[in-house]
Amino acid sequence: MVVRSLVKPSTYFDSVTLMLVQREVRELPGVHEAGVVMGTEVNKQLLRDAGLLLPEAEAAKPDDLILVVRAESEEAAARALAHAEELLLERHRAPLLPTEAYRPKTLSSALRMLEGANLALISVPGRFAGGVARDALQAGLHVMLFSDNVPMEEEIELKRLAASQGLLLMGPDCGTAILGGAALGFANRVRRGSIGIVGAAGTGIQEVASLIHHAGAGISHAIGTGGRDLSTAVGGVTAMQALTALAADPSTRVIVFLSKPPAPEVAGRILHLARTIPKPVVVDFIGARIPAEEGLYGAETLEDAARIAVELATGSSPRWPEWIALPAQEATRLAPSQKYVRGLYSGGTLCYEALVLLEQYVGPVFSNTPLDPLMRLESPHHSRDHTVIDMGSDEFTVGRLHPMLDPELRIQRLLREAEDPQVAVILLDVVLGYGAHPDPARDLAPAIREARARAQARGRWLPVVVPVVGTDEDPQGYQSQVQMLVEAGALVQRSNAQAVRLAGLIAEAAGSRGSPRLLAEMPVTPMEEPPPDVRRILPLLASSPRVVNVGLEGFTQSLVSQGVPVIHMDWRPPAGGKKELIDLLDKLNA
Amino acid sequence: MDIDQANQLAVERILQSQPVLIGVARAGEVIPGMHKNLILHAGPPIDWPRMSGPLRGAVIGGLIFEGLARDEREAVALIERGEVTFAPCHHHQAVGPMAGVTTASMPVYIVENKTFGNCAFSGLNEGYGKVLRYGAYSEDVLARLRWLRDVCAPILGKALELAGGVDMKTLIAQQLQMGDEGHNRNKAGSSLFARLLAPHIVRTGAKTEDVAAVLTYLAENDLAVLNPVMAACKATMDAAHGIEGSTVVTCMARNGTDFGIRVSGLGDTWFTAPAEIPVGLFFPGFRQEDANPDIGDSTITETAGIGAFAMAAAPAIVKFVGGTPQMALESTLEMYEITVAENPHFTIPQLDFRGTPTGIDIRKVVKTGITPRVNTGIAHRQPGIGQIGAGLVRPPMVCFEEALRAFAARIAMG
Repeated sequence: MVVRSLVKPSTYFDSVTLMLVQREVRELPGVHEAGVVMGTEVNKQLLRDAGLLLPEAEAAKPDDLILVVRAESEEAAARALAHAEELLLERHRAPLLPTEAYRPKTLSSALRMLEGANLALISVPGRFAGGVARDALQAGLHVMLFSDNVPMEEEIELKRLAASQGLLLMGPDCGTAILGGAALGFANRVRRGSIGIVGAAGTGIQEVASLIHHAGAGISHAIGTGGRDLSTAVGGVTAMQALTALAADPSTRVIVFLSKPPAPEVAGRILHLARTIPKPVVVDFIGARIPAEEGLYGAETLEDAARIAVELATGSSPRWPEWIALPAQEATRLAPSQKYVRGLYSGGTLCYEALVLLEQYVGPVFSNTPLDPLMRLESPHHSRDHTVIDMGSDEFTVGRLHPMLDPELRIQRLLREAEDPQVAVILLDVVLGYGAHPDPARDLAPAIREARARAQARGRWLPVVVPVVGTDEDPQGYQSQVQMLVEAGALVQRSNAQAVRLAGLIAEAAGSRGSPRLLAEMPVTPMEEPPPDVRRILPLLASSPRVVNVGLEGFTQSLVSQGVPVIHMDWRPPAGGKKELIDLLDKLNA
Repeated sequence: MDIDQANQLAVERILQSQPVLIGVARAGEVIPGMHKNLILHAGPPIDWPRMSGPLRGAVIGGLIFEGLARDEREAVALIERGEVTFAPCHHHQAVGPMAGVTTASMPVYIVENKTFGNCAFSGLNEGYGKVLRYGAYSEDVLARLRWLRDVCAPILGKALELAGGVDMKTLIAQQLQMGDEGHNRNKAGSSLFARLLAPHIVRTGAKTEDVAAVLTYLAENDLAVLNPVMAACKATMDAAHGIEGSTVVTCMARNGTDFGIRVSGLGDTWFTAPAEIPVGLFFPGFRQEDANPDIGDSTITETAGIGAFAMAAAPAIVKFVGGTPQMALESTLEMYEITVAENPHFTIPQLDFRGTPTGIDIRKVVKTGITPRVNTGIAHRQPGIGQIGAGLVRPPMVCFEEALRAFAARIAMG
């Protein structure tokens, strides 16, 4: 066995590209492990832990690319390294489209090439994202900041800048938006309609938008705010803009507002604003209630929010697909040892909702992202009792793709949970849409079949409950995905709430006892505060956005496939990532 | 005035410049500070021990041409006794291709910037083959130089006088529309030049054989107009130099050992780094290993926004950048990323008559990591062998990073 590595100085690739290449190299014959990463401290630590950090890579700088393999022989290692280089070169060479003439490297070139561009979609590494967003705002663009790891102070400063220009800054960490019919980032393809969504919750928006679509209604726009927008420090700047804009947008008749429970004073201002809007506003503060006020409709779950919105928009209740599964029937097939629910989530908001809802059936739930700090798992890699984990959080995604893109870790965990004789039911979300895995059921269905078979071999019946978030217009195809999962023995449910309820009832029937949580009620705080000026935001909503994509190439491809005007900017870290020069450039206004 | 405003002023000066070729004279008579023992050379300052082969050869040839030495041995002895002074052409309002060696009795073109009144100078192009600018100094090379000085220069000078000068800005604008980029390809520009001067050359009343020889010189030398074009670019860029607070590059030049740049707002300081070896296509019998590091003042064309910056206009020579006309377009498009303005006088048909990228901003170079592209001839490492190919090179990023640091320090000083 040999370990061989190669360091390419000042060579930048985005992490998704690198991880895809890494996965391909790992599968080459004779290769046992591979690393294809930028030379950041975090990445080097990962390589060190894996015994892959050779001295030459030890010295690599954050803007240097490290290629490393552990292989059976020198030849296999050399072949693998050469192959990795070739794959990366191809990525650099290949234009996204045969017609694409030139990939602009700066925003000003991009703007020159896409006339009337009005939105920058930014997904570069967090430490650079703020700078790119600032440039975009200064160029008069609205911004969807997909990147995470943007410091809080920078978020506040950017939002202040955006607001002063009347521009919308969605994010940071804004995973999902739908504007003028264009699905941006991780988003589902949904019918256009009269329901507008404002969400601090990525998969929450996806769930609600998809359910509205299933009900035959449609979405005018879905505006993401980023997860910290409703904190006291940020103060809900984006949420207030989004609400005001949807209130003025002629295509929107009903508004849905989604977030985890906000800071109460921010919630108060949001609810006050919502109350003054002459359109019905459905609010789901997942896990918190709102006061009964005219024009405000409190929802208990994401599905509930979708249902109320559809009723308000169409005057009739939604008819959703239904897969009947009887909890008691499932429970009677369990072995006596089987007691616990294990939730393995890829969607952060879906996980949060599951934690909130599941408690009612089974009592406190352990998690890596618990509702109550006392319920934090000692290790996110080891479940205990009732456990629901968010596998999209940092401890699972450092150096790896998000589980919505790479199911490998979830599959391993699923098989391990299936070996645990105490496990009664497994919850597993599947999220479709742009940005997600092109065919998740292809990987997950065999794993579910295998997990159930393993349990069965030990004399246990293992229900696997799967909420599928997506629509029939998504690139993966809803029907075929559901069918593959059902054939593998999964109990597919139309919504996360239904799935959690089913899992909870099975566990309850197997002896668990719920502990109903007293939900906090958010206040309405009347305030003398003029609504934000949204005159520059309304044109963004009036037609399909014209997008400059800075970062992940997949987003450009998905916009191209939707017919949305987009230009891909070939972004590289400023000044090769050299901190000293970046600081100088900042001082010199560059 | 902030940096952007200072840069705007710098590019306005570039765009407003009106370089006109007004005559020909001996270097010693017109170049400020020129004297018999002074040898001007291309690029940033360099002393004898660090000079590369082609520059050494050209220096020896220049000393012999001036009658200061009879052969190589005498020339080297003279230099080693310290009796020869070296200075960059750029320090004397001059530019020279390749080695750029210019001595007192050599004829030079005089280009006047009519808008700002400054002048720039460049020698007469020697043509192809064994030539001084590539370090050759055999008797036939020196004979050619004497002919240029004694026969060609007086006739061209008189013809220019009769013609009332040649408007170089218009000539460059036209050559870009005819498939030249003004640096590696000057076929169309040289033809225009000959066409403009021919009737006046005939009217000089010189002997028929001399007239024929000068017309043949213009007809056979596709680079005849390169030197006036370079001088026009120099006269233009000098007008943009010395603007406090500007980060626009006003000079890029190489001496065969170092690449150097100067910046409008950074006075006379050169920012240098070891020159790269150009990559390109080689004439039969020569290889990459034979190539000398980058040399010549002809990068003044790129500095002024033509040459590689106008590559899209010259699809005929795209092979030097490694391929297709599409790549020629991309070469020019990439240069817009690091420049301040577009030159409405120099337009590129292939880009829907978009103006050439003009005014390199060191901030943009450092930020984007994109260094300017340069088209160039490639000299043999050994003196006297001459041009062995043509290709593409970029300045070292260090030059721009150092300039940026110096600029920040200057700002900090107030």
